Amino acid sequence: MASLGSLATVPLKAKREGDKNAKSIVFVGLLWFAVLFAVLCLAVLLIDTFLDGRTRLDGNLFTRYTSEVIPETAGARAAILGSALVIVLTAAMAIPLGVAAGIYLEEFADSRRWYNRIIEVNLTNLAAVPAIVYGMLTAGVALSIGLPRRIVLCGAIALALLILPVIILTTREAIRAVPQEIRQGSLALGATPLQTVWRQTLPSAVPGIATGSILALSRALGEAAPLLLLGGLVFVNYDPNGLFSGYTVLPIQIFNWAQQSQLAFQQVASAAIMLMLVLLLIMNTLAIIIRNRYQKRW
Amino acid sequence: MTSHTYSTAKPDEAAAPDSPESGQLDATPLVEVVREARRHLPLDPMKIMECNDVDVYYGAFRAVTSVSLGFGYNEITALIGPSGCGKSTLLRSLNRMNDLIDSARVEGEVTFHGQSIYAKDVDPIEVRRRIGMVFQKPNPFPKSIYDNVAYGPRVTGMKVESMDDVVEEALTRAALWDEVKDKLKQSAFGLSGGQQQRLCIARTIAVRPEVILMDEPCSALDPIATSRIEDLMVELRQDYSIIIVTHNMQQAARVADRTAFFTALADEGTGDRTGLLVEFDLTTKIFSAPSDERTENYISGRFG
Ligand SMILES: Nc1ncnc2c1ncn2[C@@H]1O[C@H](COP(=O)(O)OP(=O)(O)OP(=O)(O)O)[C@@H](O)[C@H]1O
Ligand SMILES: [Mg+2]
Repeated sequence: MASLGSLATVPLKAKREGDKNAKSIVFVGLLWFAVLFAVLCLAVLLIDTFLDGRTRLDGNLFTRYTSEVIPETAGARAAILGSALVIVLTAAMAIPLGVAAGIYLEEFADSRRWYNRIIEVNLTNLAAVPAIVYGMLTAGVALSIGLPRRIVLCGAIALALLILPVIILTTREAIRAVPQEIRQGSLALGATPLQTVWRQTLPSAVPGIATGSILALSRALGEAAPLLLLGGLVFVNYDPNGLFSGYTVLPIQIFNWAQQSQLAFQQVASAAIMLMLVLLLIMNTLAIIIRNRYQKRW
Repeated sequence: MTSHTYSTAKPDEAAAPDSPESGQLDATPLVEVVREARRHLPLDPMKIMECNDVDVYYGAFRAVTSVSLGFGYNEITALIGPSGCGKSTLLRSLNRMNDLIDSARVEGEVTFHGQSIYAKDVDPIEVRRRIGMVFQKPNPFPKSIYDNVAYGPRVTGMKVESMDDVVEEALTRAALWDEVKDKLKQSAFGLSGGQQQRLCIARTIAVRPEVILMDEPCSALDPIATSRIEDLMVELRQDYSIIIVTHNMQQAARVADRTAFFTALADEGTGDRTGLLVEFDLTTKIFSAPSDERTENYISGRFG
């Protein structure tokens, strides 16, 4: 009891002086510089592109086809429509497959079985495979089944293969984030495992899956390598009109223009880059909004 | 459901004309109801469920060894004992919730109305519908209050004339109706912990199980919410058989008709601690004159 008095008299330590010394100021300064440098480079790049392309950010960009003879009025119509078609098709193939695979692996697969373990290990590896490999794979398959490789379908298959592992992993993560108590509560009421997935787990995981899927699709939108390998580098001056139509996409169109020597082509390339950046920005913003809006309540 | 008598009590003794609405026990103190009920308990329970020499394993580890006991119709049976003695494990094996744990395995026999629930031709989904479970942490679904209660009847394909009536009845029985009747469409996450737990009980009642298993249902609640749930258990006892795991000795003494005391002993062979049933008897006997010394030490707080 007597010691209580002496305990109470020990003063709180004063704030340490060293926190504001020269060393820490330099360190913080360096960190700031690193951030500033990155942001500045990005800004310069953006402004430069914008200045280059600003005269061409007009209706022609959306309504006109590209042209080999009059670069001054060339537009990205075919590429915009091509990108839209390919991305929609990619999503239609990759999302159902990826989500189904994710659900199977997370909820039903017995992780003690060797084949499930092999799948798990390889999924992570697949997500890191360079995009061009998927182009080669698709080209090979197309060749062996006698499909022309320059068509919308093949492009979409390559991109779907590219983002499939990402969607599977995203789905698994989103499903894993749903608390076990929810599943137990459902099962304890006499729901079947399938009902539990459909009515509890999956609805709770949808925001996470949507966020991941949109991010994956925005990657597919900016991807040129696998499509180049599939022979997409051609002048297309018609609308793609189906799965078996020829096509081009924005990144390839940009690549194509940027190779030309005329200034007018360089400018329209810059304008198309701005367009693509805006699209990517919109998709990523959407993903962030979904994520924040439906943030888990548990 | 106008009085708190039990089937064995003489109706004219307890059915007071001014007895309160169902769901309110305040007029008849809990103690009275329980004391009255206990007076009419048979020495051996009329068994709705029974464990015969049940062992539960997690992989090679035996968590529960050789448990035999019977759970009475419309009785509250409490399972008590020190942490890690396998109470939750045993409880989960009573409605096959441990099927969800890959490594868990049950040996021996668990019967429900004399039928083994682990028999090959028994559907675990059906077992879980008829033997409901309330968990330690309230776990409402991320849905409206209404949908939480309606979920069970919907997924089990229960034939109901009006879902609204089913929801109202379940919430009324769980003594929650008055508090939520104006916000049925609101998220269940807006409720307090105690309300959430009563919602989970309502949800369980809605599928009309015969047995309700509860694993420390009050351990996340404050004393007032706890006492409401205890009232509710005594109320529900008229129509359901309840098996409850609790660390709260007073709670067992207050509500349970019979109490089973478990302890954990080191296995001679492996040295692993495994859960054993020490004593199973009327609650009054367990708390006043236990026949095993270990029970006495535990309930008097000398071992824990
Ligand atoms: N899923 C599991 N996998 C492996 N071992 C487990 C698992 N669940 C429980 N155990 C073990 O089984 C034994 C009994 O656990 P159980 O949870 O049934 O005890 P309990 O009596 O409910 O304890 P408490 O009072 O703390 O809740 C413990 O040794 C525990 O470590
Ligand atoms: Mg427990």
